[in-house]
Amino acid sequence: MKLNILYFARLKDSFGMGSEQLETDAASVDELLTELRQRGDNWSCELAAGKAFRVARNQELVRLDAALGDGDEIAIFPPVTGG
Amino acid sequence: MQAFTVRVQQERFDSGVEIDRLSHNPACGAVVSFNGLVRDYGDRQDVAALQLEHYPGMTEKALHTIIEQARQRWQLQAATIIHRVGHLPLGEAIVLVVTASSHRKDAFAAAEFLMDFLKTEAPFWKKEILRDGSAHWVEAKASDQHAIGRWQ
Repeated sequence: MKLNILYFARLKDSFGMGSEQLETDAASVDELLTELRQRGDNWSCELAAGKAFRVARNQELVRLDAALGDGDEIAIFPPVTGG
Repeated sequence: MQAFTVRVQQERFDSGVEIDRLSHNPACGAVVSFNGLVRDYGDRQDVAALQLEHYPGMTEKALHTIIEQARQRWQLQAATIIHRVGHLPLGEAIVLVVTASSHRKDAFAAAEFLMDFLKTEAPFWKKEILRDGSAHWVEAKASDQHAIGRWQ
């Protein structure tokens, strides 16, 4: 299954990329995060359990147990600070 | 004329024009506006500018959802949200919220509600650029989370 993943703000800087296409078997957001953490360094640090970040699937905020589907747009970003 | 509008843009906006645009409905006795400006301190002192980033697509959806929620609670004739992104120097406007209603209480409450939810739900991120040229991402505030609690 292919996912289009977007990163914003501090996470984009930390990971050195704003987006990527990922071929994965992850069935849920949680499984995807586990896979990304295995990249180590900034990935395991920024996405550690207990760190404050949000996940959106197809532009809607979702919980970590949300299921993933082929072609989904997944965005991972820090808590928002607009206004 | 679109009664409920959302815009995300780099350019400056003219608050007067936007307020005027919502001031010609004979059923509206009240128009309330809020301007958010870049100030010289935030997470740190000596802020010279902000860099605003957002999530195109999701931002507009989130702002429309927030307006919908406000319309379910108050009688609103019209509302406008404009939020700027990109490089915003000290003193410049970041955000404008305008609400128009038959009654001032609805217009006041809805404007405050829109700002409170915009700050916690719309995917914008601020980076502070200091006078010495250094920059850092602004941390989300617990006080902003608490602010939405009163609407629940």
